[in-house]
Amino acid sequence: MSRFDRKGKTKGVPSISTSSLPDIVFTLLFFFMVSTTLRETTVNVSYRLPEATETVKLEKKSLVTNIYVGAPRMEYQARYGTDSKIQLDDKFASLGDIRGFIAGEWEKRDEADRPKMTVSIKADEKTKMGIITDIKTELRKAEALKVSYIARKKVVDTKY
Amino acid sequence: MARKRKSTPEINGSSMADVAFILLVFFIVSTTMDVDSGIYRVLPHWVEDVEAPKINKRNTFVVSINKNNDLGINGEYAYITDIKDRLKEFILNPRDDQHLSEKEFKEVEGIPGTVAMSKGIVSLQNDRGTDYGAYMEVQNELVKGFNELRDEFSMATFGMRFDKLDEAKQEAVRKVIPTAISEAEPEEIK
Repeated sequence: MSRFDRKGKTKGVPSISTSSLPDIVFTLLFFFMVSTTLRETTVNVSYRLPEATETVKLEKKSLVTNIYVGAPRMEYQARYGTDSKIQLDDKFASLGDIRGFIAGEWEKRDEADRPKMTVSIKADEKTKMGIITDIKTELRKAEALKVSYIARKKVVDTKY
Repeated sequence: MARKRKSTPEINGSSMADVAFILLVFFIVSTTMDVDSGIYRVLPHWVEDVEAPKINKRNTFVVSINKNNDLGINGEYAYITDIKDRLKEFILNPRDDQHLSEKEFKEVEGIPGTVAMSKGIVSLQNDRGTDYGAYMEVQNELVKGFNELRDEFSMATFGMRFDKLDEAKQEAVRKVIPTAISEAEPEEIK
């Protein structure tokens, strides 16, 4: 009946060629490989970063050492309580561990990169400054003087 | 001779997409996209039992936060929104006020003529019970103040915003307006 059926016989739907599907997926794959960074540590503390507007991006991930501060996650609260704890690498740590940790991180980097090493402090906004000050003192003693207080980017209403 | 004419059999490529998908999913799961950004600060070297350097009172801008997250500038209650403008006034001291920072006229490499450099230092004091969030808010306002000062100075000297300047000029501007924030050891603040 239909004009398009040239032979008057109903044909099946033609199958779509999938030969370019791998190419598309590979393109996506490369996009993700280039634009993301590997997650190195599992964070055992829960933290909500403070807000700030004057933030600077941390340029090179390989030069950054992370220190997390916050209340332990639910599953650790039975063992560690709900007080703010410090996390270095994958483990909870005490203040005394910081110097050794920094020294270890220092050793891991190339000699040329060492002076550029930055310590990023990711702390919950409800943390008391006492613990942060203690960390700062330990960092000063460990000669890790470049510090970045990680913050969430605040959206500002431009008044001028 | 019939055998030779046979070409190598083609490898079935239909599972290529599946392999690529598995790789893709692996990368999506195991990586993060966000780049961290934060307030950058260089800590002072650790020195045992050092005497606090004597600084003229008019050259210090004391911002203190107590354990209830109340804010004070030079010992008087203040609002967070005041900090930035008070800081800028303190550093620039446009009317040569006796109570604001001293200025020193100096020549700085890369900048034509002499420039007025402030001797002012911001002293940020906090209690051990202060919230990190409140502390960061103040830090942010202070950094914002210094950034605006640099922007204004760059505009006046080079006619460009600070972040549009080249590296050498940025360094020169940084020398004129250093981020002079001193973080004292926490103490009891009433």
